[in-house]
Amino acid sequence: MNAPVITVTDVVTRFGRNLIHDRISLTVGQAEIYGLLGGSGSGKSTLMKEMVMLLFPQEGEITVLGHQLSTISRTEAALLRRQWGVLFQAGALYSSLTVAENIAVTLKEYTDLPHDLIQDIVRMKINMVGLPAHAADLYPAELSGGMVKRASLARALAMDPQLLFLDEPTSGLDPVGAEAFDQLILKLRDLLGLTVIMVTHDLDSIWTVVDRFAVLGDKKVIAEGTLTEVRANPHPIVRDFFGGERGRIRSQNGKQS
Amino acid sequence: MDASFPHKSQITFIDINPAQGANGPAEEQARLQTQGAPKIDERRRVLITSSGDWILESLSDMDRKLDEFVRHIRKAVIQWDVSALGRIDSAGMMLFIRYYDRLQRQGCLLDIVGASPSHERMYQLLRQYMPEFVAARPALSSRLLRFFQRLGKMTASSLADFTAFLSFLGENFIIFLLALRHPLSIRYSAIVKNIEEAGVRAMPIIALTSFLIGVVIAYQGAVQLQKFGAHIFIVDMISISVTRELAPLITAIVVAGRTGSSYTAQIGVMKITEEIDAMRIMGFDPLHFLVQPRILALMIVMPLLIFFADMIGIMAGMFISNIHLNLSYGEFLRRLQVALEVKHVWIGLFKGPFFAWLIAVVACFRGFQVSKSTESIGRYTTISVVNAIFLVIACDALFSVLFTELGI
Repeated sequence: MNAPVITVTDVVTRFGRNLIHDRISLTVGQAEIYGLLGGSGSGKSTLMKEMVMLLFPQEGEITVLGHQLSTISRTEAALLRRQWGVLFQAGALYSSLTVAENIAVTLKEYTDLPHDLIQDIVRMKINMVGLPAHAADLYPAELSGGMVKRASLARALAMDPQLLFLDEPTSGLDPVGAEAFDQLILKLRDLLGLTVIMVTHDLDSIWTVVDRFAVLGDKKVIAEGTLTEVRANPHPIVRDFFGGERGRIRSQNGKQS
Repeated sequence: MDASFPHKSQITFIDINPAQGANGPAEEQARLQTQGAPKIDERRRVLITSSGDWILESLSDMDRKLDEFVRHIRKAVIQWDVSALGRIDSAGMMLFIRYYDRLQRQGCLLDIVGASPSHERMYQLLRQYMPEFVAARPALSSRLLRFFQRLGKMTASSLADFTAFLSFLGENFIIFLLALRHPLSIRYSAIVKNIEEAGVRAMPIIALTSFLIGVVIAYQGAVQLQKFGAHIFIVDMISISVTRELAPLITAIVVAGRTGSSYTAQIGVMKITEEIDAMRIMGFDPLHFLVQPRILALMIVMPLLIFFADMIGIMAGMFISNIHLNLSYGEFLRRLQVALEVKHVWIGLFKGPFFAWLIAVVACFRGFQVSKSTESIGRYTTISVVNAIFLVIACDALFSVLFTELGI
């Protein structure tokens, strides 16, 4: 593992009296594609929201790019927010703006680059995520599910972030589209040296793109490491996950990347 | 890795042989035109040195500096030294590529010196995804033409809107006929729920507005009537104007703003979350399950609300007359029995179902027009309320003319 980019230490999260995380810890290394796995309601999306300061844990500490999130100042937080991009599960594109305007919005707001340079950057990002050029002038309501994901990824990449958070990037995509999206993320990581944190329960993604991952269950991290390391873990949840019908079929095919 | 503060991006331009470069740009141009392209060694030579970090945060006026310089350079030999360059991101590289290409288009010979492997990688990456040069779309030539284009589009879309509305009315009428044939299929529980929501819950705001209307009429009337010493006619004035015109109109406007908008928003949200489609799949006709109960509920509840508004409005008038004109309550009520023919009340109540039908039909129609985006809910809710209020006032004007002509 490379130098740590994100460390989560003894985080405890409660919603009211409902305990979500019970002292969980994990580490994400530089230029890694790190998966957060777990069944529905295991708190993986919550953990990701805590990493991007949408939620704050009751106890414990999360350090992102050297900033401790519990004691971060307003200016530091603003600086940090420019260094990550987030792909939300449903895209969360602004519905009143076109795709091009959605991608340009942070560039317009945070930089004083000239208009036509911003347009060039936007078109480049659109090409990069594999959207057709005419998609730039469409509104989010006119896009298909896969295009929404790609447009949203282009927006997340607009400011050249070091960190990319993906919340179930392949959910709702057909197998071909999901495969293409996985390959895209791999390519972007290699090209841009991104560190990617993805919440997923797509077995194919885990086999093909994820370098290391953590399995959340029973309010704790029950396994962390590479695929071979995690599969060696005897915990029943891990066994259920990879030993189920779908997991078994996938395992027979082996790692293809 | 650490978020160290970016070094300011910098660039310097040095003319290597100022003897020729000293000529002003205009002279230079002229010289080039008269002599044709000069031989390589006669050309102007420039050394560009860039340093610092070329990233989003530090690029600010780089574009302006480059533009100022590049504008006057034609057919020069340029050495661009990038060895002092720190970090570069895609915005910085994009800027570099833009000016690199522009200089080449202007006939310059370019030599890039000192690029690091990471710069090379970024360059390759961006070259790969560089947008092709897109020709601008032909713009419409004149403002006048654009005006007519917009006018045409608006006309076409409002015609389409109108036909869609008519077909919506037709479908609803068929549903209504079906309901008459099978009265048991009508969703009575939904009607009762809507009556509570649109009627009972609206009573406080209706009471407040009609009370204020009564106060306003009484005050304004009292001032005028006092001049003639015709105090007692305040009763005629308040009772007839409130029951016949004001109570129905004010009630309809409040209901359009309160219930009409909520109908549009409710149906619009159901449309976005695909609940409407789910209902259709299961064989529940949304017109039967959503629209009809709302229309019927509003048509039942509107006359009741108007009657309630009548009472409150007249009561407010009585109250103000007592304070302002010293007209006792007994006297007011005795005069009311003489002055207020019951037909005025009936006419006011009669308008209720018509207003209600207009409001409910327009609100539901606009709700179904909501498309996939959340923004359209807001837009159609606004349109629905504006349409409903306009239609109510137009309908009221029609009734006014009609009843006057009929001598009622």
